[in-house]
Amino acid sequence: MKVCQIEAGDLRRSLSKSGLRIRTGPFICHVQTPFENIADGVQLFYKDFTCESEGFADFHLKLIRPRNLHRVWRPQVSCYLNDDSPFSPLPSDQAFAVFESLLNWSIYTTTYNYLIIHGATVERNGFAAILPAPPGSGKSTLCAALVSRGWRLLTDELTLVSPASGLISDLARPISLKNNSIDVLQDYAPNEVFGPKIYNTIKGTIAHMGPPSDSVSRMHEAAVPGWLIFPKYQAGASTSVAPLPKGQAFMRLSSGLVNYPVLGAQGFEALTQLIDRTDCYNFTYSSLDEAMAWFSELQAPGRQALEQ
Amino acid sequence: MILDPTIERALTQPQALAELKEPQWDQLLQSLRRLGLLARIQVLLAERGLLHAVPAQPRMHLESARIVADNEQRIMNWEVNRIQRALKELSTPVIFLKGAAYLIAGLSVAKGRISTDIDILVDKADLPAVETALLKHGWEHTKVDEYDQYYYRIWSHELPPLRHRERRTIIDVHHTILPLTGRCHPDPKKLLAQAINLDGSRFKILAPADMVLHSAAHAFQDGDLVRGLRDLVDLDDLLRHFGVEASFWTRLLQRGQELDLTRPLYYALRYTNLILHTPMPKAVVEQAQKHAPAWLTGAIMDRLVIHAVNDRLNGWRRFLQAFSNWALYVRQHWLRMPPILLARHLLHQMFHRQKLRTDLG
Repeated sequence: MKVCQIEAGDLRRSLSKSGLRIRTGPFICHVQTPFENIADGVQLFYKDFTCESEGFADFHLKLIRPRNLHRVWRPQVSCYLNDDSPFSPLPSDQAFAVFESLLNWSIYTTTYNYLIIHGATVERNGFAAILPAPPGSGKSTLCAALVSRGWRLLTDELTLVSPASGLISDLARPISLKNNSIDVLQDYAPNEVFGPKIYNTIKGTIAHMGPPSDSVSRMHEAAVPGWLIFPKYQAGASTSVAPLPKGQAFMRLSSGLVNYPVLGAQGFEALTQLIDRTDCYNFTYSSLDEAMAWFSELQAPGRQALEQ
Repeated sequence: MILDPTIERALTQPQALAELKEPQWDQLLQSLRRLGLLARIQVLLAERGLLHAVPAQPRMHLESARIVADNEQRIMNWEVNRIQRALKELSTPVIFLKGAAYLIAGLSVAKGRISTDIDILVDKADLPAVETALLKHGWEHTKVDEYDQYYYRIWSHELPPLRHRERRTIIDVHHTILPLTGRCHPDPKKLLAQAINLDGSRFKILAPADMVLHSAAHAFQDGDLVRGLRDLVDLDDLLRHFGVEASFWTRLLQRGQELDLTRPLYYALRYTNLILHTPMPKAVVEQAQKHAPAWLTGAIMDRLVIHAVNDRLNGWRRFLQAFSNWALYVRQHWLRMPPILLARHLLHQMFHRQKLRTDLG
């Protein structure tokens, strides 16, 4: 069953009662919540995802109203992962963003089967471009723009590399845009699906952009890593690209990986394999059009290794 | 009810897990995660070649937990190596305790066990030299408050915990295995005398019976079963491992007497046998029975232990469980210090926190 096959009222009811089990990439996420803004977000952004009303789930997420005055006065959302509450309650108008963060947190803290890169990944012609970056580097903006221009969305936040196969999982979850990039993208890609702006979050204003149906329908196809591109948004800068030596790319990527030390030798092998098979670049941009043009001309990976 | 039947079966007959279907794994995984036993179950299944029988989705979580546990072991192995290096120049005997000892000795209890804190035991006279050597090699005090330092040094059985400034790992340096203020007084000299040397070095681990007694003392005398079921799983594994040799059991009872640990030993044998069906000679059970507490205390202790080893219970039983855990916490303090000292300690903690709050406010 797909989420879009459930009528809006039924979706709300089932979320608030026994909950819904939604498949994203290798995971089944069971979510239970009475919040209508979460139900609306699920209906808008997860419409093409498969779901079940019962069965096994990897993560049990509950987002509920706290049992105190905050039920009525400045309403809040409390969140639970498998009955433990990892964060403090947050304002309830942020509930959908909280749900997304909670799902990221669930994957981050319980899944050591994958090397997890904090970064977006998009795919075209069989090769994936990984955009690892700290917040503020414009990785989500770039990812959303690429997706609006025909690249397949694998993930916006967590790139999961399987140590066994070296392939990247497709989660196809919504892209989280922050602050100025929301308006930029709404102008740049008016045909995409955008959610309401969520104000005053820890990261400022957030709005989500939905994954294209094609990305979601190809969720079972893991992708071959092709390029590793460290983006940097710099206002007014002209587009500049510099190939990155593999050693530097390795050091730069490994220093930011949260679960890399835990994976030990297996993590090291997965990372060297990833660097070996990708062409690596530093990419500074300010114009999305110029950035799109450069990405569209990317050659199949492998040339860089020969050049070096 | 003693232990949740699914958890009991998972630990005592892991082969039965091969028959579980995905939906049955759902609850079990959540419980095992909360109990800290996911990696342990992965190990039990892997050793029996049954991992492939677990459906892919739950198997992912078991394997993930194993990766985490293996990493903890790697950290601990390296830490043992660094500690040996830091204490290289001293000529004093150093005994690795608990998790580190299980790992060094290659005991099955170490597999899938999660903990990176290291405990060592040295002669009281050697404490200053050991402390100096560790401080010189990058360990730092975590308790910088004057009262904490005073409390540990005067009343405790260990130095205030030290943390390595780069690796952030913790080491507890003990001079005996139970607080000086407590009811049982195992003589550390006796432990040191029987300790086993690690291949030709000055570093040692406790003799088998002493190792079990220390684990029992930690679970039932000093700690308050804080690690819950994991404490019992440790004891069960150690007893099964060493218990193969018949002479071990006589030795265990004898050492229990010599080290003044007969009561914790009684509890350890009672609860591993009752809850995890640990095999033990009938004669040993009868001998240990002599050190059982009065009937009422025993009955209360049964209830407390049963609540402590179970995963979160539901409904009204959750309140009972919360009360039990509180009672165990009180019991732990009661066993640790005489009433006057306890009162003084609690008063200090209370006013100290108050002061901290005012300072912050």
